[in-house]
Amino acid sequence: MKNRKYLSVVSALVLGLSFGALSGLHAAPLQGTKSTERTDNKKTEQKSAAATPDQRQMRDLDEQVQQTKSDVLSIAAELNQLEEKLLYPSGTQVAIFVALAKGDELRLDAVRLQIDGQLVAHYIYSAKELEALRKGGVQRIYVGNVATGDHKLNVLVDGKLKSGSDFNRTEHFTFHKEVKPKLVELTVAGPDAGSTPITLGEL
Amino acid sequence: MRASRRIIGLGLALAMVAGSASAGDQKPAGSEKQSAKEKTSASAKDDLFFDEAFYHAYQGQYFEAIQRLDTELEQYHRLDEPGLDTLHRNIGEAEFSVGDFELDYRMHYKAGRAIKRVLEGAVDEAVRNEAAFRLARIHFQKDQLDDALQALGRIQGTVPAKIKNDVEFLRANIYMATDKPNEAIEVLNHLQNDPSLAGFVAYNLGIAQLRAGKKQEAVEQLDKAGRIQANDPAGLAIRDKSNLVLGSLLFESGNFERAKQALDRVRLDGPFSNEALLRAGWADTSSKQFDRALVPWNILADREPTDVAVQEALLAVPHTYADLKLYGRAALTYGRALELYSNQLEKIDASINSIKEGRFLKALIREESREDQTWVIRLRGLTGAPETFYLMSLMASHDFQTALHNYLDLEDLRSKLMGYQSSLEAFDDIIRLRKQNYEPLLPEIDAKFRELDSRMRVRLQQRKQFDERLHAMLTAPRPDYLATTDERIASERIALIEKRLGGSDSPESLALRQRLARLRGVLTWRVETEYPKRLTAAFDHLNELNTQVDALNQQHEAFVRTRQAATHSYVGYDAQIAQLRKRVGSALKNVDILMARQGEMIESVAINQLEARRDRLVAQQIQARFGIADSYDRASRAESGAGGR
Repeated sequence: MKNRKYLSVVSALVLGLSFGALSGLHAAPLQGTKSTERTDNKKTEQKSAAATPDQRQMRDLDEQVQQTKSDVLSIAAELNQLEEKLLYPSGTQVAIFVALAKGDELRLDAVRLQIDGQLVAHYIYSAKELEALRKGGVQRIYVGNVATGDHKLNVLVDGKLKSGSDFNRTEHFTFHKEVKPKLVELTVAGPDAGSTPITLGEL
Repeated sequence: MRASRRIIGLGLALAMVAGSASAGDQKPAGSEKQSAKEKTSASAKDDLFFDEAFYHAYQGQYFEAIQRLDTELEQYHRLDEPGLDTLHRNIGEAEFSVGDFELDYRMHYKAGRAIKRVLEGAVDEAVRNEAAFRLARIHFQKDQLDDALQALGRIQGTVPAKIKNDVEFLRANIYMATDKPNEAIEVLNHLQNDPSLAGFVAYNLGIAQLRAGKKQEAVEQLDKAGRIQANDPAGLAIRDKSNLVLGSLLFESGNFERAKQALDRVRLDGPFSNEALLRAGWADTSSKQFDRALVPWNILADREPTDVAVQEALLAVPHTYADLKLYGRAALTYGRALELYSNQLEKIDASINSIKEGRFLKALIREESREDQTWVIRLRGLTGAPETFYLMSLMASHDFQTALHNYLDLEDLRSKLMGYQSSLEAFDDIIRLRKQNYEPLLPEIDAKFRELDSRMRVRLQQRKQFDERLHAMLTAPRPDYLATTDERIASERIALIEKRLGGSDSPESLALRQRLARLRGVLTWRVETEYPKRLTAAFDHLNELNTQVDALNQQHEAFVRTRQAATHSYVGYDAQIAQLRKRVGSALKNVDILMARQGEMIESVAINQLEARRDRLVAQQIQARFGIADSYDRASRAESGAGGR
């Protein structure tokens, strides 16, 4: 999945080349096709009807692939719900999210989380993940279970500043778990942004 | 039609080049200037799961993005008071985004349906217009041009500023695709001031003019498009393309010098450089400047030998040497071309054989081979994998690309489904172990709980009764209820003595009765006068009890929740898991069938393409052989001519 975009990249590049292959004689075929190509929108359907058996088969397959994707997405959704019910019931569920402060240029390398002194997550970021965070995406770094009541959350952040110097911060927070699922958002910012390095938001 | 569609789509393709080259830049292609994938806001108040969907989408993980957002939307629509949900303020954006993700995941049908739902819902005019635009865009991409125009026709009233020009640019593209170049020109003329669309508008305007028969205007317009200042990959690519088309146009009209100037403006490291170099050489040759033609062609001849333009240049170079009467040099370079064609034919044959043996598909789905952006290029360089030599060339075919995308998507789905199968097995294990753990423990725990529960209920009932009685005493005072134990005992003793005295009239009895009356008076006085104080104290004590009762209730609720959770942790999953297992199995079977069909199609398209390339190479090989013979012949004739003289 993660490599699909790369495929698009290369496909697009090659598409560019294919256009290039056509391009020298752009004008002539365009003028030439003018009289033979559709002059009204109905021709779209004619075009479909005139598709070669291979093209028809391709479209048929494409439709089936789309339907299969839809089926698998529906299975995935149900499986997720089942997983949540089985592993993280709402009464004990806690989910921790990581976000980067808007416009912050910190290169986030790693985040470690401890709940009540126990290491629950240690995540090292790839360039793609960092880019996704910088664009405003939020990562669900941890989902687990805790009892109702107050809990200590220690957050350790490693990264590099724009200047190239190392950036390490540790913050200690307390969050309160109620009977409903607990969502905790950690927003990380470098000192350049002038804001607190790590802020906690509770939902 | 195909050619015209390609021209129209060029803007999109070029922007894809640019978008992709800028490593995940979300700026969309041509007609999609405004990124569907870029969130309009990102703040702590956003719905975290919505933002999480973007985290996946920004990484190209559209399956995960759709899954997350679909779940969020489903939950949102089930809420009694959706206005209180964090998704509420982004709901319009979320509905659109799921459609965008589906589109990115090549699920046009579902994306179209999602957007139609927005369009038909009770939404603002601006939202409806944006939905109509997005729907039109999907129809356009699916080649359903009449539907695309109809969707654009639904746009009325306020159009959000961020999509205003995109709507018009899409309209122009549809006009171009429906062979209405004059209408397209009119629309594009109004878009020339949008800097974000500059290159695309300039290029498309030139093409529209060309299609409207305004060749001179088209030349001037493409010349303008070919000189546009650009820094981003998309801008640079569209500029190159404009110059390439312009050069070709001028070449066809015999204006070789100007054609050469346009072609020289194409960047040497851009995606159109090979084609431009080839055409630049032809422009020089056509103007009889054979020596100048050798410059671009010699550059080209040293490039990737699987490229069509490179293979053509290999033949053009010796031909030009022959034109320059350098027959020895021509024979040598013909020889080089012949060698390369032979090598390439061997590679193509190896590729075809390898594909027939099924190795092509295996190479494509090797995860480690797709770890970075250059995987297609790197695949070509794999030793011992001839099946991938011509992958780049194959990628030029739209059919091949579609088939390949689908195949890779299916492979992803297959690994996901296999993962789901493992998950279901793990769930079965978890449930079995929990059952083993809880079942022996729960009956005893339940029995203890029932006993404690009944005791608790008795106490709570008592407390309730006290409370009711005390409240009744506020309106109907009953001091006797608040008498102390000693006072009650004393009162009872007085009554007992009174009873024992009976009706005796003896002086001792009378004296005793008087004493008893005084004692009762003292008791009554105390109980009556201290009543308010005692009542207050009774309320205080009752309130003190509330704290204990609350703690008891909380503990009771916590126990009930935990007890329920214990049962819920292993009871009631069997049917759901069995059903899911069936669905996963069926989907997996379906994916396998589709993969086989899709794989067959990829192989067939690849083999057909490679055979076409093979035929071309064979023809070029024959020309090269003839060229060698001809060059030697001419060289010897020239030598003998010179000797004779």
